[in-house]
Amino acid sequence: MNQSQTAKSMTHGEAGLTTVFAVSALVCLFAAAKALDSAFAFHASLASAASLWALFAIVNRYQDRPAALPPQEINGRPNYNMGPIKFAAVASVFWGIAGFAVGLIIACQLAWPALNFDLAWISFGRLRPLHTSAVIFAFGGNVLIATSFYVVQKTCRARLAGDLAPWFVVLGYNFFILIAGTGYLLGVTQSKEYAEPEWYADHWLTIVWVVYLLVFLMTLVKRKEPHIFVANWFYLAFIVTIAVLHLGNNPALPVSVFGSKSYIAWGGVQDAMFQWWYGHNAVGFFLTAGFLAIMYYFIPKRAERPIYSYRLSIIHFWALIFLYIWAGPHHLHYTALPDWAQTLGMTFSIMLWMPSWGGMINGLMTLSGAWDKLRTDPVLRMLVVSVAFYGMSTFEGPLMSIKVVNSLSHYTDWTIGHVHAGALGWVGFVSFGALYCLVPWLWERKGLYSLKLVNWHFWIATIGIVLYISAMWVSGILQGLMWRAYTSLGFLEYSFIETVEAMHPFYIIRAAGGGLFLIGSLIMAYNLWMTVRVGEAEVQAPAALQPAE
Amino acid sequence: MAEHNDIDQITGTSTTGHQWDGIKELNTPLPRWWVITFYITIVWAFGYWIVYPAWPMLWSHTTGILQYSSRADVAVELANLEKIRGDKMVKLGAAPLAEIQKDPALLALARARGKTVFGDNCAPCHGSGGAGAKGYPNLNDDEWLWGGSLDQILQSIQFGIRSGHAKGHESAMLAFGKEGVLKKDQIVTVANYVRSLSGLSTAKEYNAAEGGKIFAENCAACHGDAGKGNQELGAPDLTDKIWLYGSDQATLVETIGNGRAGVMPAWVERLDPSTIKALAVYVHSLGGGK
Repeated sequence: MNQSQTAKSMTHGEAGLTTVFAVSALVCLFAAAKALDSAFAFHASLASAASLWALFAIVNRYQDRPAALPPQEINGRPNYNMGPIKFAAVASVFWGIAGFAVGLIIACQLAWPALNFDLAWISFGRLRPLHTSAVIFAFGGNVLIATSFYVVQKTCRARLAGDLAPWFVVLGYNFFILIAGTGYLLGVTQSKEYAEPEWYADHWLTIVWVVYLLVFLMTLVKRKEPHIFVANWFYLAFIVTIAVLHLGNNPALPVSVFGSKSYIAWGGVQDAMFQWWYGHNAVGFFLTAGFLAIMYYFIPKRAERPIYSYRLSIIHFWALIFLYIWAGPHHLHYTALPDWAQTLGMTFSIMLWMPSWGGMINGLMTLSGAWDKLRTDPVLRMLVVSVAFYGMSTFEGPLMSIKVVNSLSHYTDWTIGHVHAGALGWVGFVSFGALYCLVPWLWERKGLYSLKLVNWHFWIATIGIVLYISAMWVSGILQGLMWRAYTSLGFLEYSFIETVEAMHPFYIIRAAGGGLFLIGSLIMAYNLWMTVRVGEAEVQAPAALQPAE
Repeated sequence: MAEHNDIDQITGTSTTGHQWDGIKELNTPLPRWWVITFYITIVWAFGYWIVYPAWPMLWSHTTGILQYSSRADVAVELANLEKIRGDKMVKLGAAPLAEIQKDPALLALARARGKTVFGDNCAPCHGSGGAGAKGYPNLNDDEWLWGGSLDQILQSIQFGIRSGHAKGHESAMLAFGKEGVLKKDQIVTVANYVRSLSGLSTAKEYNAAEGGKIFAENCAACHGDAGKGNQELGAPDLTDKIWLYGSDQATLVETIGNGRAGVMPAWVERLDPSTIKALAVYVHSLGGGK
């Protein structure tokens, strides 16, 4: 650290990253020139341009900054680093709307296939991964990065570790999203669900993710609190496990280092098992552990109540972490996967029920003594309803993992309904609640521009979710029953096309539900934008640090 | 955990004594029902492991006391299905088409089997109700390109149309424009003539005599002098107001200029003989069978 020096000089980080980006700009330009396919040429050019931009941004920032780096504390108060968090918060709103909109488009394509317009790059097959990646990794990922960087600083009373590193994580992650998303539209995919980006995007994400882990860990190391707050356990579990899953699922050999296509090292049923070990734990550690961390900070904060049970948090944390990682095979019931592996997947899913519900109990019971606030605070209501949806879908999940239930539900719309109960109800609502809290805090506003608009968002989105999941329940169960129906003569009663025709009205209802959810998120974007633009500034209270006990 | 003096006023429960950014934690014990339910699921899992195949061993895995296997399960279900179907499909395969038509039990069986098979194999082109689409014949009407009797339908399904199968129907509508047989204005004229055959309006400057002459010289060989078609050659009847590709002048000019050669696969390569027989009976029963 050169904080004490008076003469200005580049830090090791600045000098090192400048060199790295200069080299990468040249290497990527070379790769673009040698590229074997146009998508790879496009991505290499993008990477070269982004490296150049990063190079100039670092040099510019160095020239503009004072000789000393930002201090860790000002007047005994931690000097929190909010810049990267603001960026991630804005990015999450942008990607959220984009992801929901693409979801609406593909829902309409399923109801009216003519909407594919016979154009390859907006066909269902390419837009579907764009939708899932945009909502899970772009929207959800930015919410997780923003909140984890905020929560870890506040609950450790320490400035985020690193100077350039937090920016590298936020910008680098969003660059990964850009490469992944444009790749889907151009038809670049390794055809692994939720892990579609090709080898070069995977490598880049690995680098970004390791830096994310280091920033988070080093901030924990710097903490001024004797104990690590529960939300940070969940964030850490999420970051570490996603790294392991990403590496386990994606080992691939590129056909050429100048081409986008690669082949996965795993084959056959082993590949399927790796894929669903990854896929299910993306749900478990990205969409559950990560967002439980959000819940553990934002619900007690907003309700101004202590967390219901410390013991429950510690027991359900370890039980969840230990059991979740085994549950993946329930995605492969009645397939070539050996029976014993199917049994383990199913039984661990059942045992996972209570550990999942531990989080729900802690979230809901934290409200005891503050239930009246649900009437007046729509943000808290959103957070609490998200926990209710969490409870519902973590009951439905183990139920669907039971083999006899799965024999009806598998491959049907019931699965889609289940996923969206969790995605729209739990992940969506807890993220919206967190953003409604976070934006006024980050931009130092007294409160939101309009609580009334939050109320509108809440009700419109809730009706949307109810339409969506009830349509998919009916359609999924109908589909499952039609597929297995036999006539008294011993023949299948329905051809596949008849089951598709039967889905049509439910697909329209589903699209309507998705449309409402999108409208809700647009209301949120307007509300947050107005909060930043015209919200009343909050006057900083004088430093009054609570001593650590 | 040591008791602290910090008691939450509302619940009367002590906190753990820490706080992070103003957030405290209560020392509430684990909910009893939660612990008990958790234990029950664990006990149930152990029980399931004893009964079903569960844990990998060095060379194999535990098989469970039921000796369950999903492969064996499938075999049982398929055997049950065969029992329900009995020898009916064998009977259907052995019976001549005319006999199936007369035997109500066999006819019902063939239609039931045919309907599902049609949905999964034929519907993508012909539509789930057999109503067809542009380039894919409607199977509900009375117009048959290659004949609408049971035997003719069976033949078409078995060996296909321009399928590459040795017994498949061959023939193609010539590309009169591309091959240089007719000039552009001659094609327009004969297209108008073809429209007139089914009473459709013709262009103002169209010369009927010229059209008739071109038709007689080029088209009548397959479609017949009166344009009534020829099922031997798969040449459609041009007088019946049923159009495979469309009746407007532009479409007809395209048809005559570039020719047409729709393809249907030879299903004998994919379906077993009794299933194809059932399919033929089903298609025949759709409405237009002769």
